[in-house]
Amino acid sequence: MTGRLAGVLRRELALAYRQKSELMQPIIFFVLVISLFPLGIGPGPQTLQKIGPGVIWVAALLSSLLGMERLFREDFNDGWLEQMMLSGLPLSLLVLAKVLAHWLTSVLPLLLISPLLALFLNLSEPMFWSLLLGLLLGTPLLSLVGATGVALTLGLQRGGVLLSLLLLPLFVPLLIFATSAVDAASMQLPYNGQLAIIGAMFLLALALTPMATAYALRISQS
Amino acid sequence: MWKWLHPYAKPERAFALCTTLLPWFGVSALLILATGTIWGLAFAPADYQQGDSFRIIYLHVPSAILSMGTYSAMAIAAFIGLVWQIRTAHMAVAAIAPVGAVLTFIALFTGAAWGKPMWGTWWVWDARLTSELILLFLYLGVIALYQSFEDKEQGSKASGVMALVGVVNLPIIHYSVEWWNTLHQGATITKFAKPSIDSSMLWPLLLCILGLALLTGAMCLYRLQNELLRRESHRPWVRAMLLEEEQNAV
Repeated sequence: MTGRLAGVLRRELALAYRQKSELMQPIIFFVLVISLFPLGIGPGPQTLQKIGPGVIWVAALLSSLLGMERLFREDFNDGWLEQMMLSGLPLSLLVLAKVLAHWLTSVLPLLLISPLLALFLNLSEPMFWSLLLGLLLGTPLLSLVGATGVALTLGLQRGGVLLSLLLLPLFVPLLIFATSAVDAASMQLPYNGQLAIIGAMFLLALALTPMATAYALRISQS
Repeated sequence: MWKWLHPYAKPERAFALCTTLLPWFGVSALLILATGTIWGLAFAPADYQQGDSFRIIYLHVPSAILSMGTYSAMAIAAFIGLVWQIRTAHMAVAAIAPVGAVLTFIALFTGAAWGKPMWGTWWVWDARLTSELILLFLYLGVIALYQSFEDKEQGSKASGVMALVGVVNLPIIHYSVEWWNTLHQGATITKFAKPSIDSSMLWPLLLCILGLALLTGAMCLYRLQNELLRRESHRPWVRAMLLEEEQNAV
């Protein structure tokens, strides 16, 4: 079973690697949204430092939503998903493998580019580290919860806007704790409490969302 | 033990149950709500600090309490529908969601109208206001998901999952915004402590809560009946019932 799951993971990575332009789009969107803020608000370094963490997190939420549809849409349309349900592989593990692949291909690049954005928004070094740690713990949560949302809207022709209506309210706690960690870091305060809460939410999502996603996928096939 | 409940999973029996319950809920809701609001708005003493404008509490608090209570009712119905595969429970989710959304909207609106004279602003990003706003978004998500499916069976299952995802998130959202920012006054009525409100103001408030709860129940029953008729319109029992009504009318 592990071998088959690894096979699924390899397939996802290979598919993503062969559609590089599609992978680049959320990253470009991420950078573009963030570079619009200094233009709209003004280039004062103090202001940018103050709004920086929130801007980066909101942009990360939006751009992860943008790439989320890719998670199941094509596999649903070409029937691969149905075959997988018939294959006897536990569906929730399959979901986990797909979410992992999605995180590695669509979200990890956002993390890699975040030092550049921290420079753009004049974040200090402790602020940057807390931001990165928050993103590292928080973005898997985004992918896990996002997978449930995508699976729920899979039976629809156009799920795009509906998906953001379903998901964004659920991401509020993450946004609050992640930005408050960066705020604490900017005042040289410890921020491991906020990170621990994000970690706890991540574990909760890891335990529950694969089941919900698997169930939602089954609904979409009925 | 639960055997007596099972027949009501059948749409026909559920419809009949709604028809029996609806007048009781409707009439008692009207009576109690009328007594409560008239007592509260006209006869309860004015607040020593807030004057007469505190009277909006008789609309605000009941709708705020019920907006959350209705969400839990919806989530319970969704859970029953998903675990025991009961279609009627799925229909109940679809019937309850809009009622809850309207209650949440009323709570937000009356809150804004109360906030203007008291806090000097229509809206603040306070914990309770924010979580109520997010509750409204969750309701809208459930409704929108249900509406966008052509196939209502599929749609009601999907919106049931969404309602459950929301119910896991609600406490997290609630506490996260609480730690984030708080300006709202604390809860006025609690179960454990002596309420921080005089009994001459408390009684009409309790009546209003009870009355609005009954009204909410009545509206949910009414909507559930409609939902049952719409989804079961091809079934013989609906046709037979309509025929019978037609004959009675003639």
